[in-house]
Amino acid sequence: MEATRKLIRRQSLEKLYNALSETRKIYAPVMAEDKQITYCYNPSFAEVTFDHIRSTMSPKNVLFPKVENLFYYTNEKTESVISVLDLNKIPEVVLWGAHPCDAAAIDVLRSIFCWEIKDEFFAKRLEKLVVIGLSCHQSDEYCFCTSTGLAPDSKNGSDILLSRLQGGDYQAEILTEKGQSIVDSLPDLFEPVTGEQVVITEVKQKFDHRKVTEKLATSFEHPFWVSNSLRCIGCGACAYLCPTCACFDIQDETAGRKGRRYRSWDSCGFGLFTLHTSGHNPRSVQSQRWRQRIMHKFSYMPERNESLGCVGCGRCSSGCPVDMNIAEQLAALQNI
Amino acid sequence: MSDSIYRPYLMEIEQIVEETPDVRTFRLKFRNSEEGEQFTFKAGQFGEYSVLGEGESTFCVASSPTRKGYIECTFRKAGRVTNALANLEIGDTVGFRGPYGNTFPIEQWEGKNLLYIAGGIALPPMRCVIWNSLDLREKFKDITIVYGARSVSDLVYKHELKEWGERADVKLITTVDPGGQTPDWKGEIGFVPMILEKAAPSSVNTVAILCGPPVMIKFTMPVLKKLGFQDKDIFTTLENRMKCGFGKCGRCNVGKVFVCKDGPVFSYEQLLSLPGEY
Repeated sequence: MEATRKLIRRQSLEKLYNALSETRKIYAPVMAEDKQITYCYNPSFAEVTFDHIRSTMSPKNVLFPKVENLFYYTNEKTESVISVLDLNKIPEVVLWGAHPCDAAAIDVLRSIFCWEIKDEFFAKRLEKLVVIGLSCHQSDEYCFCTSTGLAPDSKNGSDILLSRLQGGDYQAEILTEKGQSIVDSLPDLFEPVTGEQVVITEVKQKFDHRKVTEKLATSFEHPFWVSNSLRCIGCGACAYLCPTCACFDIQDETAGRKGRRYRSWDSCGFGLFTLHTSGHNPRSVQSQRWRQRIMHKFSYMPERNESLGCVGCGRCSSGCPVDMNIAEQLAALQNI
Repeated sequence: MSDSIYRPYLMEIEQIVEETPDVRTFRLKFRNSEEGEQFTFKAGQFGEYSVLGEGESTFCVASSPTRKGYIECTFRKAGRVTNALANLEIGDTVGFRGPYGNTFPIEQWEGKNLLYIAGGIALPPMRCVIWNSLDLREKFKDITIVYGARSVSDLVYKHELKEWGERADVKLITTVDPGGQTPDWKGEIGFVPMILEKAAPSSVNTVAILCGPPVMIKFTMPVLKKLGFQDKDIFTTLENRMKCGFGKCGRCNVGKVFVCKDGPVFSYEQLLSLPGEY
């Protein structure tokens, strides 16, 4: 559908928020006393922050929970019973205040979870999700959305995109049918636009992702991978902070005769990730695992999933305990 | 397909064969007969086998799609799941998800000679296509099987090796590593590449299907090249650690290729274009 623009007053945002929370769960960013930004379910509007650059964890948990039960089972002596979950119980959720990088990450996740075989858990959560995006009026040195083909006001992934106006009110861009139905149900909150300018931060481009993809096609054996990963301690923080990392593990957990099979976040940075039972490991050293991380996002995914596996949020770099900076590395890589 | 892509079929263990002290073959039938009737697979495909409470493990289906009503799997006791599987008895339940992955291009091999080369526990992923071709015997020319293991006790499918050895339409060469023979061992003694070179099967109109430990592959490839085999006429089946089986969990890829989706069957020509992440 064609996007339309409306004005929503600062004080009307609370009404919108409260109206949405009447029928849905709301997942929104909250700033704690220690300045950590965390996405929480159903915070009060007063707790919700509009001034965060990036939340510590991405909001991907809303579509791809850290731990997701796949089914429950009961083991009798020889008989076993499997009970699958009723996906219709997955609630309607509003992802509130997601910055454009995090909203764009939804499409990246979809390109993996719905790649030929559709993952029913992800697909159902996505079907029940409404995204109220929030353009960035500020950024920091870790931001590089413009290097991945996005911008601080990208619309991809949002149903309604809010952008701060100079006077403190907000512009609401209605981008999808889901967004339109919300506007239609609350017509009093949305007014015609006035021509007032939106405040959008500037994010400097650090590399050209097309050049990176092109370079990666011929640099699998390049010494770059070893020299740029010597610091890596394989902690996996980058994958857990990443809004697009989708790799997971599947495990069983049993108490007595009953148990559950669940999947949980995993990381290609861990040595155990690819370890065979025989002891053989196709990616046995950290440089191979770092190469896999970059190759997957910037080479394999563009070719196989028709989507770049990175949205430039900068969390992997800002959260790295040994200060590995992906944007700096890719800027160097495109010129090796 | 089941209602959830992660829900395994519940299978009943119908038969257990102790192949070696640590290798077992299960014959599994569907507890829900309707699911069993709808189930189809092709030679080369794999599945996720599970003991509920212990987890899942990946093996190729070891029985031929020409044998209906059951599937078989062969596994070595090695990790948590395979040890749990080995503790099961006839009548117990095993979970199975599948079939996943691509298949051996057996239709394209019609009218050709087939040369199967396997080492140790790598015969099970090839047994499916071996029986598939034997059950359609008239479609193929000469069928040769070269199989080696560390010792006589490590040879799997001993009863079938006997049967293949007795068949006039199969040429079977078995070998054990030096020192692995027993006093009454009638087969060859030596490593697979050496025995293959000695047997010198013709590469004319022949497809080679090769599966074994990396060291065996490494030394067998030059022999096949010397015998005149083209890269496109050599096939193998890869295994990498997997969780989901359908291209989402992110660990089985070899470069841009996913073993679970694009494999597990690859021609040597394809393998040469991939990085060595297997």
